[in-house]
Amino acid sequence: MTTEISRTARVDLDRAALTRYVQDFGVYAAVLALLLFNALFTDNFLQVANLRTQLVQVAPVVIVALGMALVIGSEGIDLSVGSVMALAAAVIPLYLGFGMWPAILMALVVGAAAGVVNGTLVAVVGLQPIVATLALLVAGRGIALVVADGQLKQIRNADLLALGSGEFLGLPVVALIAVALAVVVGLTVQYTTYGRQLVAIGGNRPAAHLAGLPVRRVLVVTYLLSGVLAALAGVLATARLTASDPSAIGNLIELSAITAVVVGGTPLTGGRIRVLGTVAGALLMQLLRATLIKHNLPDSTAQMVEAVIILVAVYLARQRRTR
Amino acid sequence: MTELAQTSTGLTTTDAQQLPTSRVTAGERIATLAQRHGALAVLMLALLGSALAFPSFASPDNLAGIAIQSSTLIIIALGMTFVIISGGIDLSVGSVFALGGVLAAWASQWGTLPALLLPLAVCAAIGLANGLIIARTGLAPFIVTLASLLGARGLLLAVTHEGSTTYLVPRDSVLLDIGRGTLLGVGYPVYIALLLCASGAVLLQRSRYGQATFAIGGNEDAAALMGLPVARVKILTYVLSGLLAGFAGILNAARLGSGVTILGVGLELDAIAAVVIGGTLLIGGAGSVSGTVCGVLLLGVIQNVINQIGNLTSSIQSVVSGAFLVVVVVTQTYLSKVRRLR
Repeated sequence: MTTEISRTARVDLDRAALTRYVQDFGVYAAVLALLLFNALFTDNFLQVANLRTQLVQVAPVVIVALGMALVIGSEGIDLSVGSVMALAAAVIPLYLGFGMWPAILMALVVGAAAGVVNGTLVAVVGLQPIVATLALLVAGRGIALVVADGQLKQIRNADLLALGSGEFLGLPVVALIAVALAVVVGLTVQYTTYGRQLVAIGGNRPAAHLAGLPVRRVLVVTYLLSGVLAALAGVLATARLTASDPSAIGNLIELSAITAVVVGGTPLTGGRIRVLGTVAGALLMQLLRATLIKHNLPDSTAQMVEAVIILVAVYLARQRRTR
Repeated sequence: MTELAQTSTGLTTTDAQQLPTSRVTAGERIATLAQRHGALAVLMLALLGSALAFPSFASPDNLAGIAIQSSTLIIIALGMTFVIISGGIDLSVGSVFALGGVLAAWASQWGTLPALLLPLAVCAAIGLANGLIIARTGLAPFIVTLASLLGARGLLLAVTHEGSTTYLVPRDSVLLDIGRGTLLGVGYPVYIALLLCASGAVLLQRSRYGQATFAIGGNEDAAALMGLPVARVKILTYVLSGLLAGFAGILNAARLGSGVTILGVGLELDAIAAVVIGGTLLIGGAGSVSGTVCGVLLLGVIQNVINQIGNLTSSIQSVVSGAFLVVVVVTQTYLSKVRRLR
């Protein structure tokens, strides 16, 4: 009788341990497996030029997804990131006459302002995050198009172009910025008061409020950070594109960012933020798409495979809550 | 009274009548009224204002134009109303709408019946998949329908050879008559949309399924404990949403005469905005079909007025729609806070 119980208990334990293992390291294992597969079976995959392309392409998604991870960790969601990228792209040419840094600064200020609007609507007014950020998703791109007069503008500032296509130690600057930001965001979540408060609020907002945490301030700061990161991604994407194109930039990137965060193991219910997992999630989706394209599978198949991957990832992550 | 008590807004009215002070009742009544009929009032004001400001606005042709332009979004938003009342969300409708149109145009080469049945079957299957996954595994509707947004778009690309083929509806197809025919100067799709909305309103207010939808959206655990078939109702809701989005796609393809592949991107957000403007709460448990119709028409009027002004670009339109959404939702939140405080 007792052995019976202990045996089933052990099986349960093993299964629980296995599930937890898959949940914690599944996304990294999947990235490694894809890399290995490509190294063996894809021609020219390991060439420096290809790897660089992959890194440059994934960088804006990673940067946006970092902000999204913070917002999702607070049990919210930010649909407006694509429009904020467009706003940043529209603002840059206006201030580029003063030089690169003032232009970037203004773009980031605009992103911060958009984030504060979102954060105020969510934290102070009490709107649901989906609706609050949906409004800015709809209006933001409209404002960007009005600001830019609906036109694509070529960027000729050498400094800004260097930011988009430059290299440092053989790596693209854009990718290095994304890595640096990931480290900063990771450390912020782990080791700062703000990060701990954010996770606590995402886990249980009423409890955090009763414990005396500054719920409103933390939430506003979270949406502000998401706005600033999205604006930065807009700046970098504009620099890489060598043109400010507010009608196309960042279109549907909110979906890619949410996918990266969710595939990376951050639950949509908040209270847990996996920064490294988010980076791996973005890499996984990028590699997956690259693999499918390089093996001549059409875009239609790529999208359907992506859909399945999202569902599987969320399904695996779901079991954590029930245990 | 029984009819009122069915919706959550109705429930608070019952509570109010038990409170002693008349001041409380009056304030709350205004709040309830504003929340239930706010969209209608604003729509009336917008129509009146536009008619006074622009002489060409009130012409029958222009109004019929607004109606036919809004007809597809009304049908999609009808399905979204059910989903949101049940406490969920359906992001896949934009892709399903596009897929329905493409499949209808593709299948119209074999006749009208296949052109109607094939898209409806496929779109219902997508809704069924959404509903099954959401109801059986408990995954968040947001993510599940996000995945089917991608999946349906992928299926569309696969059908159209990666978006390079645009299928045309044959000249002699009955489908074109349905899409382009008019009665009393108003296009058939408008009548179809109104008919669907009337049926939808009856289904929501008068049927067992509709009441279960309200109950599940209001409190899912309580509904399950009362013995309501939560999973079945949810599945049916997503099937309905998929069906309606697909049907809107068919009507649109019938009107355009072809299955345009690039349609419907971001349409789910328009539908959600219209539903929310119409007074349906995004947290579920309260809402109405009539409000949704008003919400869609309001967006249509805004678009039309901005076109009338002429020198304004269409990007202004999204600015106005977004601002409008914020104003409506903030007002709603404020009103429900007023009610809760009483």
